[in-house]
Amino acid sequence: MDNIAGSKAGLSWAVHISVALLVFLWLFPTVGLFVSSFRTADQIATSGWWKAMFPSEQNQTIRAASPETQIEQNGMFVIEGNLFENGSGAEISVWGISSRAIDAFTPGETAELRRGGTITVQADGAYRMENAEAFEGTRGQRVFVTAKTPPEFTLGNYDTVLGKDVARNMIIYAIAAAVFFFVLRFLFRGHDSTLAGIIPGAGAVILLILLALVFGLSSGAVEGAQTTDDMAGAFFSTLTVTIPATIIPIVIAAFAAYALAWMDFPGRALLIAAVVALLVVPLQLALIPLLKLHLGVGIGKGYLGIWLAHTGFGLPLAIYLLRNYMVGLPRDIIECAKVDGATDFQIFVRIILPLSFPALASFAIFQFLWTWNDLLVAKVFLIDATGETTVMTNAIVELLGTRGGNWEILATAAFVSIAVPLVVFFAMQKYLVRGLLAGSVK
Amino acid sequence: MHPALQGLLTIIIGVGGCVGYFYFSNQVLDRVIFPAKGPQAGRNINRANMVRPWLFLFPAIFALGLYLAYPVFETLRLSVTDRDAGGAFVGLANYSQMFGEAKFWEALRNNMLWLLIVPAASTAFGLLAAQLTDRIGWGNLAKSLIFMPMAISFVGAAVIWKLVYDTRPVDQDQIGVLNAIYLALGGSDPLTWLTVPFWNNFFLMIVLIWIQTGFAMVILSAALRGIPEETVEAAIVDGANPFQIFFKIKVPQIMGTIVVVWTTITLVVLKVFDIVFAMTNGQWETQVLANYMYDKLFRSFDWGVGSASAMIIMLLVTPILVWNVRNARKEMR
Repeated sequence: MDNIAGSKAGLSWAVHISVALLVFLWLFPTVGLFVSSFRTADQIATSGWWKAMFPSEQNQTIRAASPETQIEQNGMFVIEGNLFENGSGAEISVWGISSRAIDAFTPGETAELRRGGTITVQADGAYRMENAEAFEGTRGQRVFVTAKTPPEFTLGNYDTVLGKDVARNMIIYAIAAAVFFFVLRFLFRGHDSTLAGIIPGAGAVILLILLALVFGLSSGAVEGAQTTDDMAGAFFSTLTVTIPATIIPIVIAAFAAYALAWMDFPGRALLIAAVVALLVVPLQLALIPLLKLHLGVGIGKGYLGIWLAHTGFGLPLAIYLLRNYMVGLPRDIIECAKVDGATDFQIFVRIILPLSFPALASFAIFQFLWTWNDLLVAKVFLIDATGETTVMTNAIVELLGTRGGNWEILATAAFVSIAVPLVVFFAMQKYLVRGLLAGSVK
Repeated sequence: MHPALQGLLTIIIGVGGCVGYFYFSNQVLDRVIFPAKGPQAGRNINRANMVRPWLFLFPAIFALGLYLAYPVFETLRLSVTDRDAGGAFVGLANYSQMFGEAKFWEALRNNMLWLLIVPAASTAFGLLAAQLTDRIGWGNLAKSLIFMPMAISFVGAAVIWKLVYDTRPVDQDQIGVLNAIYLALGGSDPLTWLTVPFWNNFFLMIVLIWIQTGFAMVILSAALRGIPEETVEAAIVDGANPFQIFFKIKVPQIMGTIVVVWTTITLVVLKVFDIVFAMTNGQWETQVLANYMYDKLFRSFDWGVGSASAMIIMLLVTPILVWNVRNARKEMR
C-alpha cells in the first residue's frame, strides 16, 4: 500500500532480503533435523549437517574379510577385497593397522601384520593380504583409515527406527496417494463446492493411511524393528489415541454449539461465559483429580482414559469455535426451515452441520495437532508402569534420556513424529488459519 | 484386542452413541413426554422447546463440568489437605512448605522471565513478519514456512533445538550450529549452552518463540489487511515515511489484536511443560512452574504441594480469564 506514493527500490530490496533471512532462520533448525535423519551415525558425529553436501574427512575402523575367505595362490595365502562398499567413491589419505597409529601408512604402502603376513591398501580401499602360512582366527584384520568420503545419504536410520523398508514403502504409498488425489480432483473438477474441495484431499489421506496400515508398517512389524524402542508401535499408539480423541469432541461440541447459537433459553449467556472461562483453565489442574477419578471408577490408565481426557480438554475450544461460526450463519435459512416444519434436530443435521464444515475442519485440525503432539496428558492418563502403550512424543523423550548421543536414531524418530502433523498442516493450512482467526479475533 | 480395533470400536460407539443419544432423546421428548397432539398440543410444543436446549447441551456440560470445572475445586481441596495424613485438612501448610523451597522460587522467577520475554518477542517477530510478507510476491510461501513450527510438537522442537545447541569436545568438529558459529566468531571453547545458569533459560525460550511467532504472524497479518486503506493513503499524502505509517497509523489500529495475541501466547507460556521437560528437565536452574508441579505430583508423589503449585498457575491465569469473559460478554451485547 505504501507503493502508491512510489516505492523506493532500496527499501523493496531490504524487505525481500529481510524476509528471506527470516525464513532462513526459521527453517534452518528443522532442515538440520531432516538432513541428519538421512546421515549415518559416523557422519553425524564427525561433521555438522550443513557440511553434508560436501565430501568429508572421516576416521573409520573397517574389518577386512575374515580368514575363511582366503584362497591359495602360488603357494601364498591371499585375502583380497575392498574396504568400502562398491561405488562409495571414498578416497583414503592415510591408514594404519593399530589404533595407536592410525596414520602410519599412505595408500599403496605395505604393512607387516603382527600375526604374520602383510597387507597393502590402495587409495580406493582395495586391499590385499598375503601370508606364507594360512591366516588364522575367525574375524578379519582391523584397518584404520582416514578417508575423504563423498556426501552420502541413507534410509538406514528409518529402517532402524520403523522397521526394514518401511520408509521406502511409505514414500511409494505417498506417491500413490498423490496420484489418487489428482485423479479425484480431476473427477470432481466440475463440482464447485467445499465438499468437492475436500473429498480428494480426504480420499488421498485415507488411502495413504490404509496402504500404510496394510503394507507399510505391518512389514516393519513382521521383520521386527531393530531398535528396542519400538517406534512403529508408538506410531500406532499415537494414531489410536488421536483419531477418536479428534472425532468424539466434534460431535458433542457441534450439538452444544448449535444450542448456544440458535436456541433461546434462560442461562445461555452464562453458559457461553463459562465456556470462555474454561477455555483458559490450565489442564494441569485436572491431572490429579481426574487420575483419581479414573482410577476410582475403574477406567485406570489406558486408551479409554486418554480419549475421555482429550475430549474434555478439547471441548471448550470446539464449542467456542463452532458457536462463533454458527452464529454467523444467515438467520433466514433457519427460520424458513422452521416455518416449513423442520424440527431442531433436522435443522441441525440437514442445514447447520453441512454449512459449518469449514469450522468443523479447522477444529479437527487443531485437535488432531494438539493430541498428536501432546506429551503431558499421555504421560498422565495413558502410559502405565508396564510402558506397553506409549506415544511418539514420550518415546522420543525417553530416547533423549537413554540415547542422547545417538543423533541418527533421535533425529529420525523425531522426524517421523513431526512428519504427520506437517503433512496435515500443509494440506489443510487454509482451514487452520481460518480457525485461528475465528478463535482469537472476533 | 488390538488397540487399533479398539480405537475403531470407540469411534463407532462414541460417535454412534452421541448421535443416537441426540436423536432418541429428541424423539422421546417429542413423541412420549410432550406429544404435539391432543388437547394440550400447543402447551406441549412450548414445553418441549424449553427442554430441548438442555438435551443438546447435556453431554457437553457434563464433560466440561467433570473434566475442567470439577478439577479446579478438587485441586483447591487437595492443596489444603495432606495425602499422607489420610486427606486431613492442613490449612496452608502445603503452601508454606512450597514457599520454603528454593526450587519453587526459581520456577516462579523463570516463569516470570518467560512471561516477560516470550509473548513480547513472539508478537514483535510476528508483527515484523506479517508486515514484511504482506508486501512481497512470495509472501504467502514465506508465511507458511514461518508458520510451520506451529505444527511441530514441543518435543519435536526440543530435539530440533538440542541439535542446534549440541556440544562436542574442543578437539572435534562441532555438530551444533550454535557452537560452530561461536567458534568461527573466535570463541575459544565450545559451550554447553543448556547448562549455563540463567542464560540457558533464554535458549529454552527461543524454542517457544520460534514456535509461536507463526501464530502471531498469521493473526496480525489478517488484522493488518483489515486496516482501512484510506488511513494509510492519507498518511502518505501527508508525507509520512514507511516507519511512521507502520508505528503511528497501522499499529494503533490493530492494538486490540496485538493484545489478544499477547494474552494467547501468555497462556501458552504459563502452561509450558514439554520443552523444559524434554530439554533440561528443570536442571541447571531452568525449572518452570508446570514442570515443578509435574515433579511434585509424579516423582515425589506429593499431591498437596503439587496441587498448591497448580493453584499458583491457576492464580496467574485468572486475570486473563476474567478479562476474556468480560470481553466475550461485551461482544454478545
